[in-house]
Amino acid sequence: MAEQKKTVKFIIERQDSPTSKPYTQEFEIPYRPALNVVASLMEIQKNPVTTDGKKVAPVVWECNCLEKVCGACMMVINGKARQACCALIDELEQPIRLQPARTFPVIRDLHIDRSVMFESLKRVQAWVEVDGSWEVKDAPIQNPYTATTAYEISHCMTCGCCLEACPNVGPQSDFIGASPSVQAYLFNLHPLGKFDKEKRLEALMGKGGITSCGNSQNCVEVCPKNIKLTTYLAQLNRDVNKQALKNIFNK
Amino acid sequence: MAKNKIIVVGGGLSGLMATLKICEAGGEVDLFSYCPVKRSHSLCAQGGINACMDTKGEHDSIYEHFDDTVYGGDFLADQLAVKGMVEAAPKLIKMFDRMGVPFTRTPEGVLDLRNFGGQKNKRTCFAGSTTGQQLLYALDEQVRRWEVKGGVTKYEFWEFVKIFKDKNGVCRGIIAQSMNSMEIKAFKSDVVILATGGPGQVFGRCTASTICNGSAVSAVYQQGAKIANPEFIQIHPTAIPGSDKNRLMSEACRGEGGRVWVYRDGKPWYFLEDMYPAYGNLVPRDVASRAIFKVCVHMDLGINHDRRVYLDLSHIPADYLERKLGGIIEIYTEFVGKDPRKVPMEIFPSVHYSMGGIYVDRKHFTNIPGLMASGECDHQYHGANRLGANSLLSAAYSGTVSGPEAMKWAKENVSKLCEITDAEIEAARKEVQDEYDKIRQMNGPENAHKLHQEMGEIMYEYVSIERDNNGLDICLGKLKEILKRWENIGVTDHGNWANQEAMFVRQLRNMIIYAMAITKSARSRDESRGAHAKIMLDENGKRIEKDGELQFYPRNDEKFMFTSVVSFDAATEEPVVTYEEFEHSLIKARPRNYAVAKKE
Ligand SMILES: Cc1cc2nc3c(=O)[nH]c(=O)nc-3n(C[C@H](O)[C@H](O)[C@H](O)COP(=O)(O)OP(=O)(O)OC[C@H]3O[C@@H](n4cnc5c(N)ncnc54)[C@H](O)[C@@H]3O)c2cc1C
Ligand code: SF4
Ligand code: SF4
Ligand code: FES
Repeated sequence: MAEQKKTVKFIIERQDSPTSKPYTQEFEIPYRPALNVVASLMEIQKNPVTTDGKKVAPVVWECNCLEKVCGACMMVINGKARQACCALIDELEQPIRLQPARTFPVIRDLHIDRSVMFESLKRVQAWVEVDGSWEVKDAPIQNPYTATTAYEISHCMTCGCCLEACPNVGPQSDFIGASPSVQAYLFNLHPLGKFDKEKRLEALMGKGGITSCGNSQNCVEVCPKNIKLTTYLAQLNRDVNKQALKNIFNK
Repeated sequence: MAKNKIIVVGGGLSGLMATLKICEAGGEVDLFSYCPVKRSHSLCAQGGINACMDTKGEHDSIYEHFDDTVYGGDFLADQLAVKGMVEAAPKLIKMFDRMGVPFTRTPEGVLDLRNFGGQKNKRTCFAGSTTGQQLLYALDEQVRRWEVKGGVTKYEFWEFVKIFKDKNGVCRGIIAQSMNSMEIKAFKSDVVILATGGPGQVFGRCTASTICNGSAVSAVYQQGAKIANPEFIQIHPTAIPGSDKNRLMSEACRGEGGRVWVYRDGKPWYFLEDMYPAYGNLVPRDVASRAIFKVCVHMDLGINHDRRVYLDLSHIPADYLERKLGGIIEIYTEFVGKDPRKVPMEIFPSVHYSMGGIYVDRKHFTNIPGLMASGECDHQYHGANRLGANSLLSAAYSGTVSGPEAMKWAKENVSKLCEITDAEIEAARKEVQDEYDKIRQMNGPENAHKLHQEMGEIMYEYVSIERDNNGLDICLGKLKEILKRWENIGVTDHGNWANQEAMFVRQLRNMIIYAMAITKSARSRDESRGAHAKIMLDENGKRIEKDGELQFYPRNDEKFMFTSVVSFDAATEEPVVTYEEFEHSLIKARPRNYAVAKKE
């Protein structure tokens, strides 16, 4: 087998600007053990020539950490939304197809604009309302089990895989998607963050809020951080419903 | 009255901390970053953050943290600066806790602590094995809050290119470029704080993110800011070697009981435990890296004669590993395809952290008025070697200093500054524009990324774990050649939309000039101290050996217990090294020896 794998073939969907038409180009690079998609794109940078010998501009994409923690390098690889830096060539069928995650506006090639996710974090108030960064007193003791759940959710790196995979996120709806919704749940768990629980639930009630989730489970399957998204979405849904009832009675 | 406007370049731990403090003091921040600040390099930090919490019945004290840091830094850190940092540490941890950092907790719900290299007490707070990510997110969230309240304007996907100065040499703002539209624009401010992180990419492969290129530091260095102690580059002993990146296996592996070994005469040889009985596997990084290098390169005992040794966790119960080191184990499994719970990992040292950086005073002012620096890009706190888990601390702490000091400086000085005209600012902007337009037209035979790789290989060969003056001279010569070859780069992207290639070409030139500062400063320091280990040469230029052991220069306090200060000579484009005093009166210098327990 190893001998046949001397090279790696890529078909890359490119797009020169947000408004221009997409097109594909093919590249072939030398095989190396432990090669991943980002390392391959770096190889193409060193010699940006297509398989038919055309010198082209190097492929544009986003990456920073190269260890699956910054969230930057999300793209669609062989049809699946995932991080490129940990997509090992050995585990992918060739030719490897790279496409931008089109749930988001494309800036250029595989580089997309995910600012909508950061805006959603504002909407759900994904923070603790501390008085300030100064010293107050000891921080409250926390239940270690709850803290473990918080730790799991707090791994979310805003990569957007869950939005790309969700059938309900896109031009057809305003749904903010799994990641920002579940961030609201995270801050509702914190002993100080809890104080603003109602505000966050209210934020999830309106247009594009949690009622837009169709419970199709795609998100949880693609989350590279293995966050139990649907579990928390379900919990959140209950919390939101309870809050809605409460609102009716308090009217 | 108009609010004071501060520009913060960099949204890692240090830049975000400074931003918060400025907002709280009533200032306004323009925050620049290559990436959404939530993706900044600080999130790569795994192991933890040091603070004397003393909750493990060990009678840990702030003094002990102070002494460990100064001793670990081989007596080259400014002691008053360190003192301020270790005193503030426990308060910072409580702040992070209130902000929602999911620190790992004990069964009774208080913060758990772990061991780290170069410290005998448990002093490292941690959030599983993703401490940096969790700390960064907490600050990111608080800064987002200020974005909503007004106070912060973010310029993400904008590259800082240069500062501009008025006719008195005071920094009055920056020139930056949008990485998408490629627009080049001038931004005025009362003070500029650089918090741009480390220069790992100067070495090509390292443990840091691809955006840690030192380009911003090099840019201001070429504009007159001084760099200090750049020769002190920390080589982390335990990383998975890779072609795109050397992935760090946190020191927490050793902190939680991991053992380093190779086969010798057919049996495992736990060489760190053998060589350094008092600290064993928990010796500081420079000591561990040199030992691994010696075992592989000079004794040829590496795995399959390769530059690799074992880092073994397989004797530790799997559920304990999962709880304490889950994220790290995942990285190894994911990128190597083997399970560290079952087989020992294979690792080798890698460039990791820069103790040196922009020369700043204890308030984080540079020698250019109106320009400050904090975080890994400054030279403070770590001397010749940084202790594990001390740099998340220094990054956050330095932001709590630079932010408020910037506001104070602005309030006191802005009214006294001379006028700077739009024409002057436009001239500075135009210069950057012309340079960029020229890069876009470059048509030579060299590929920038290949040139970068070559530079990294040279730096590893001559300026990493072991250095000698021959090698350093060769290296300087080669870097000068690379700088010349830079002129012959050709780009294939001549466009003007999200042109990453042109930006990289500009960064590369800055990296080469930074590399020269590192190398020259290493060449000038004829001693061994912390991360800087220099082999002695005889009169024929051959490495001196005694009983089969290479002979290193000893530490020389009389001649070299000074800060190396490097300035840029614009005429020759070469670094000029001088030495400056620093504060070291609180703890008297003593020999650093990890074979025995530390004596105070
Ligand atoms: C793998 C790894 C693990 C580590 N683990 C630990 C640990 O366990 N404990 C510990 O204490 N330390 C650890 N460190 C070190 C620590 O993470 C860093 O020193 C620290 O996070 C640096 O923070 P910073 O704020 O100075 O810079 P960074 O977090 O690097 O942020 C730099 C910022 O500057 C921006 N920037 C840079 N240049 C420009 C430019 N030209 N234009 C615009 N923006 C720019 C970037 O976008 C980024 O926002 C680790 C480091 C690595 C590499
Ligand atoms: S459960 Fe389905 S609809 Fe809901 S967020 Fe996940 S993928 Fe989208
Ligand atoms: S929840 Fe998972 S998939 Fe969604 S953004 Fe966060 S890390 Fe990515
Ligand atoms: S580069 Fe950070 S997740 Fe892939």
